Amino acid sequence: MAKEGTLRVKTGLAEMLKGGVIMDVTNAEQAKIAEDAGAVAVMALERVPADIRASGGVARMADPLVIEKIMDTVTIPVMAKVRIGHFVEAQILEALGVDYIDESEVLTPADEKNHINKWDFKVPFVCGAINLGERTIMGEIRRLQNLGKEELMTVAKELQAPYELVCKVAETGRLPVVNFSAGGIATPADAALMMQLGAEGVFVGSGIFKSENPSSRAKAIVEATAHYNDPELLAKASKGIGVAMSGIDISELEKEKLIQFRGW
Amino acid sequence: MSGISTKKIGVLDLQGAVREHIKMINELSAQGIPIKNPNELSGVQALIIPGGESTAIGKLMVKYNFVEPVKEMASKGFPIYGTCAGLILLAKRIVGNSQPLLELMDIEVKRNAFGRQKESFETELDIYALGEEKYPGVFIRAPWIESVGENVEVLAVYNKKTVMAREKNFLVTAFHPELTNDFRIHKYFIDMIK
Repeated sequence: MAKEGTLRVKTGLAEMLKGGVIMDVTNAEQAKIAEDAGAVAVMALERVPADIRASGGVARMADPLVIEKIMDTVTIPVMAKVRIGHFVEAQILEALGVDYIDESEVLTPADEKNHINKWDFKVPFVCGAINLGERTIMGEIRRLQNLGKEELMTVAKELQAPYELVCKVAETGRLPVVNFSAGGIATPADAALMMQLGAEGVFVGSGIFKSENPSSRAKAIVEATAHYNDPELLAKASKGIGVAMSGIDISELEKEKLIQFRGW
Repeated sequence: MSGISTKKIGVLDLQGAVREHIKMINELSAQGIPIKNPNELSGVQALIIPGGESTAIGKLMVKYNFVEPVKEMASKGFPIYGTCAGLILLAKRIVGNSQPLLELMDIEVKRNAFGRQKESFETELDIYALGEEKYPGVFIRAPWIESVGENVEVLAVYNKKTVMAREKNFLVTAFHPELTNDFRIHKYFIDMIK
């Protein structure tokens, strides 16, 4: 009678994560700090993106032992990353019982042409996107809303996206999937900025555990995400939470090092 | 007439599936109002605590002093409906060592009882309080109700586990009506408003 892995069950979990913060963690202690701060989920990985970038080399799925320890420690959903196109890493994560799989451009791509076929899995996937065919997302949606049917057809062609899907986005003014923002979020103000721009939740990568006081920063980012439209509250939440991660100015990164353009 | 008599239902808007509940309420000719701060509770006749992560919603409820105002609302007889995470937050007892929050409804709840995401499922439920027609039950990392107090009415059971119940002005479901197109549970809840 019961049907598992349906689209409604897969997208349903994402709906439940809305307005929340998903935090990158590399061990059980960090996962506990994240949960106690009010994270809606944690992303289990071997190294946070800033360290992956610093150390170079091939970045792969995390050790299952680390993932399992994190799953045993927290009651919130646990996500983990696989390399783009690496469906066997995804099979392993599903077997472990991970709640969401992130086919992530943060890791080194395993396949230069193809993504994983998500329909082969009961566990849902998170996927990076930089435009409607895949971050200029809200701006592009607004542009679609001003177009006629025949122009939408052209856009569908350009994006290589199904025409019905493009029409639906134009009509509803939102994506049919939950849109979380990721990358470079280091302060409560960053999180609120993303939410005001139309994100439905945020991923925080290196921003928490590379900062001076992860626990208070994590709590402040959770508050800022819930009350993103309340500047007085944002001011209060931003006070005295220590020094943020140092970060890298994006304009100083060479184009080849920009991971947002990975994936196809 | 409708302008004056439109029922106003608050949906706790700290985290989770808020928009879906509001949409359903509005389609039933009532008015769904997102509640971000406790002072906004005075403007509504009923409250929905939505699905989301119960730990995250619970912490924000404590942080923003929602616990006492919601309890006060409950004691005055205002209907309160909890879906999934909302059910956990309304319970008097939780299996294991997690701390109950509102302690309003005489039920014991087991969190993530049906398993992790890969065990999440859809099924058809018999809910006789809503009529003969089956109800689409969407269960996502869902809890179940382990035991109920004597004044609690069990409204739906799945695999011998209680998944929907009512006690006085409190209604809970382990599943997510707001993710379906079946309006009967929201209508049932709106009808609980005196």
